[in-house]
Amino acid sequence: MSEGLFAVRGLSCMRGDKTLFAGLSLDLAPGEALHVRGPNGLGKTTLLRALCGLSRPMRGEIRWRGGKVSDLGEEFTAEVAYVGHLNGIQGDLTASENLRLASRIFTRRKQQGLGADAALERVGLRAQAERPARHLSQGQKRRLALARLLVLRRPLWVLDEPFTALDVTSVASLSSLIGEHMAGGGLALIVSHQAFDLPGIRDFELAHYCKVRK
Amino acid sequence: MTADLLGAMRAVFVRELLVFWRRSTEVMTALVFFVIVTTLFPLAIGPERRELMLVAPGVLWVAALLATTLSLNHLFASDYQDGSLEQMLMSPYPLSAMVFSKIAAHWVLTGLPLALLSPLLAIQMALPMKAIGTLVGSLLLGTPTLTLIGAVPAALTLGVRGGGVLVSLLVLPLYTPVLIFGAEAVAASAGQGFASVAHLSLLGAFLALALSFAPWASSAALRVSLD
Repeated sequence: MSEGLFAVRGLSCMRGDKTLFAGLSLDLAPGEALHVRGPNGLGKTTLLRALCGLSRPMRGEIRWRGGKVSDLGEEFTAEVAYVGHLNGIQGDLTASENLRLASRIFTRRKQQGLGADAALERVGLRAQAERPARHLSQGQKRRLALARLLVLRRPLWVLDEPFTALDVTSVASLSSLIGEHMAGGGLALIVSHQAFDLPGIRDFELAHYCKVRK
Repeated sequence: MTADLLGAMRAVFVRELLVFWRRSTEVMTALVFFVIVTTLFPLAIGPERRELMLVAPGVLWVAALLATTLSLNHLFASDYQDGSLEQMLMSPYPLSAMVFSKIAAHWVLTGLPLALLSPLLAIQMALPMKAIGTLVGSLLLGTPTLTLIGAVPAALTLGVRGGGVLVSLLVLPLYTPVLIFGAEAVAASAGQGFASVAHLSLLGAFLALALSFAPWASSAALRVSLD
């Protein structure tokens, strides 16, 4: 098997003293997306956090552009956009301040993506641009967190339940966003229990790598 | 590259100032605490100038130290809760640089006003005029050291239940040298001991030491807390 842009070999993760999964391998080439599936408590969030470098796996190797992630450090994290359970939105700043500051704090000048206004337009928050983020609804906050993906323009998207609190139209427009990202050569790792329609996405059953639980 | 890094550090600084400014009650807590404590002492001890003058350096410095400790919880807590810290870990820039900006902004909003307000409270504590300059100087050198040192346990205890108490317990032993030399410097220039220059130089040395290790140590602590 040829190695993808993003490759994982023999990954094991633990929570407390319990092994969640072991010997996990996956490959992701440009333009590919993976839908990580499995029931609650299997370790999907732990897997995503390990894959984007937020937590250290017990064993195994994660490679990006052929180099080990642990050696690449900021060279790797600069190419990953992570949207976790927490939105990473500062409630006392307005929606557009959140994005504008994010683009200055999290991107190098040559890697900047869409402007804050264009990104807000794209997720349908244009009218809320100048409102403090804490006044936004759950779904709007989620959309703001996803607008950050557009501002940062990073090749690897790691999305943990990106569709929570989103209405049907927003789910569709977000899926098409991910589709555009893939068409542009981007990679995506998605955990979601909600159904969404995205052509070309591969399923990845995490349960294959977990021991049978008694 | 360096220009980008400086731009990002400035953006973190601006962000912190904006957020703290909009949550002004949190900023004011430390300052109000400082004012209340130093106002209560003359009331409790009595208006005897000589007695007040004797305890003034100690009281002012202890109050400043406790006010700083009180404000430490605000340094990372809200960014931890809303997930902004997670995002900061995924920045293309070194985390220690981001943390340094955060600490600097935090000091500008808590330590700096405290130092600037201290002359007023010093008059209240009957501190001689000649010692007031030293008081402000010692606080300007000492409070950033306190914030820098305090950032490490503040980062380490994120997400721990009762973290606030733990931070105070961890941080107070580390604060004692700063307290001793800060209060000594003021007492010295009030005419109770040796010249204050030596104490102030030592405070400067503490600051230099804290500047070199605290941003790095607290960013390592943040990585551990968020793992």
